[in-house]
Amino acid sequence: MMFNKNLNKILLVIFATLTLSACSTAKKSGDVSDVYTGKDTVKYLASGVADRIFFATNKSSLTTAARETLRKQATYLRKNKNLNVTIEGHADERGTREYNLALGERRANSARDYLMTYGISGSRISVISYGKEKPVNPAGTPLAWSQNRRSVTVKVN
Amino acid sequence: MKKLLTILILNFFLINKSFALIEIDITRGNLDPLPIAISPLHVDIKSENFEGIKIKELGEDISKIIEDNFRGTGLFNPLKKEAFVQKPDIAHLKPRFEDWRLIKAQALVTGKLLISDNKLKVEFRLWDLAAAKEITALAFTTTPSNWRRVAHIISDKIYERLTGEEGYFDTRIIYVAESGPKDQRVKKLAIMDQDGANTKYLTLGNELVLTPRFNPTNQMVTYMSYFRNMPRVYLLDIETGTQEVVGNFPGMTFAPRFSPDGKKIVMSFAKDGNSDIYTMDLDSRVVERITDHSSIDTSPSFSPDGKFIAFNSDRSGLQQIYVMRSDGSEVKRITFGNGIYGTPVWSPRGDLIAFTKMRKGKFYIGVMRIDGSGERLLTENYYQEAPSWSPNGRVLVFYRETKSGSKGEGFTAKLWSIDITGYNERRLKTETDASDPSWSSLLSK
Repeated sequence: MMFNKNLNKILLVIFATLTLSACSTAKKSGDVSDVYTGKDTVKYLASGVADRIFFATNKSSLTTAARETLRKQATYLRKNKNLNVTIEGHADERGTREYNLALGERRANSARDYLMTYGISGSRISVISYGKEKPVNPAGTPLAWSQNRRSVTVKVN
Repeated sequence: MKKLLTILILNFFLINKSFALIEIDITRGNLDPLPIAISPLHVDIKSENFEGIKIKELGEDISKIIEDNFRGTGLFNPLKKEAFVQKPDIAHLKPRFEDWRLIKAQALVTGKLLISDNKLKVEFRLWDLAAAKEITALAFTTTPSNWRRVAHIISDKIYERLTGEEGYFDTRIIYVAESGPKDQRVKKLAIMDQDGANTKYLTLGNELVLTPRFNPTNQMVTYMSYFRNMPRVYLLDIETGTQEVVGNFPGMTFAPRFSPDGKKIVMSFAKDGNSDIYTMDLDSRVVERITDHSSIDTSPSFSPDGKFIAFNSDRSGLQQIYVMRSDGSEVKRITFGNGIYGTPVWSPRGDLIAFTKMRKGKFYIGVMRIDGSGERLLTENYYQEAPSWSPNGRVLVFYRETKSGSKGEGFTAKLWSIDITGYNERRLKTETDASDPSWSSLLSK
């Protein structure tokens, strides 16, 4: 009985620790946990060069995957010196319209800034924000929202 | 759109200085609306034909509009006309009060109209049935095609007399008319009377347009357009249809509103991933930067005295509402509740700020005092935002979207209104799906 009680306590402590650590990991990775990582909706600027990157809710920071995609875009743009692009920034539908316009602009610019650190001239990259006005997936689901939180690099010439 | 109609108040039959015996308390939800009888207006047999107007039905039509306006407030209960006991012309002369009391009416509206020399003359009287006396009487003359406005103006006069507050019926709403599938939405600027009549489309739908807002005289509108794929704030003269870009900004401008004197536009300008708030003086074209912060600052809204601006910023991490002096000094955060806050809009009375709140996957429209205290959430839904005040500060109009299915089906966007008491939620009639409503001030003020 005594033993059981103690065991229970120990188990409880272990359980609590686990829950806590689970919480803290979830919180740490919470920023990226709702970033879309699939390939649906993605198009390609050239073979292996995806045209878009995805963002977490309310965020404009670049994930590891987003940086990798942008580095490929930078390599591609270095090889095609006469190509200019527009980066379109988008938000999902779960925010107020005006804030989403600003958020889309911030997302497009974080992609642009990253391309520029890889030597692409800012004069070759324009940005436009569509806020939540142009969803790529019109469904009212978390999956669709994650696909809509994106910036898309579009060739302009 | 329309020359401001001159509506002459010909006569003030009676100035009543005694206390009204019937009074409506509109400071809280009214669960016991005032029974009011709105008699059809008597049509004078000398009335002449006027193109496009069915004279015989005009008396009924005007009273129907008044009736709908009153029912829409939730404060009144317009009684069925079948129960009416007196002919319109006789009632207008002198009602038999005891007969009207018998059908439980507490107030009675009567009137008559005449069309001659291409003029519509309308007079109406408001009777207090318990006190057995006339409490308001007015007459109007206008062009016959304005007959709907006459009905709204009469409604405003009666509302003012019975509630002690300004009415909001002779007003318009500008909004974005939406059509097409969710991922290929076509959006046009549209304007309508507050009751949904007289819808007109101001743009063709070739480019995306968002967030139209009236100036204080309701003749100009500022909005955002993606004309030539350059998202910018525009200024539109409704009467002439001329429009122009506001300012010469090297990037996106958005979230525009007029200052209360109509001389400035306040808006956001986004550059290099940072949105700040700017104003532009419409006469001098002088642009002023109001906020300078690395966060997103947007959705600015002036206080009615022009001294303060409420706005939305994520400088604390997530969207919250802030208030500052209109020169950008003394920035204070006012929202600290659970959830994130957007779209602050200062009430025309100056005492409240309406907002959108997002929390746990739900969207709320609410009001709070200007220091952020006394938050009251009026309505909860899957998605709703962008409140706009009725000119008397009693009602908010906003838009609400439904959750779409896996292919985007079932998506709708509609205009709704709710009293700041939290009662009387109603959907506004629009010809198409609609969003981003903005309520005008009283047109005939």
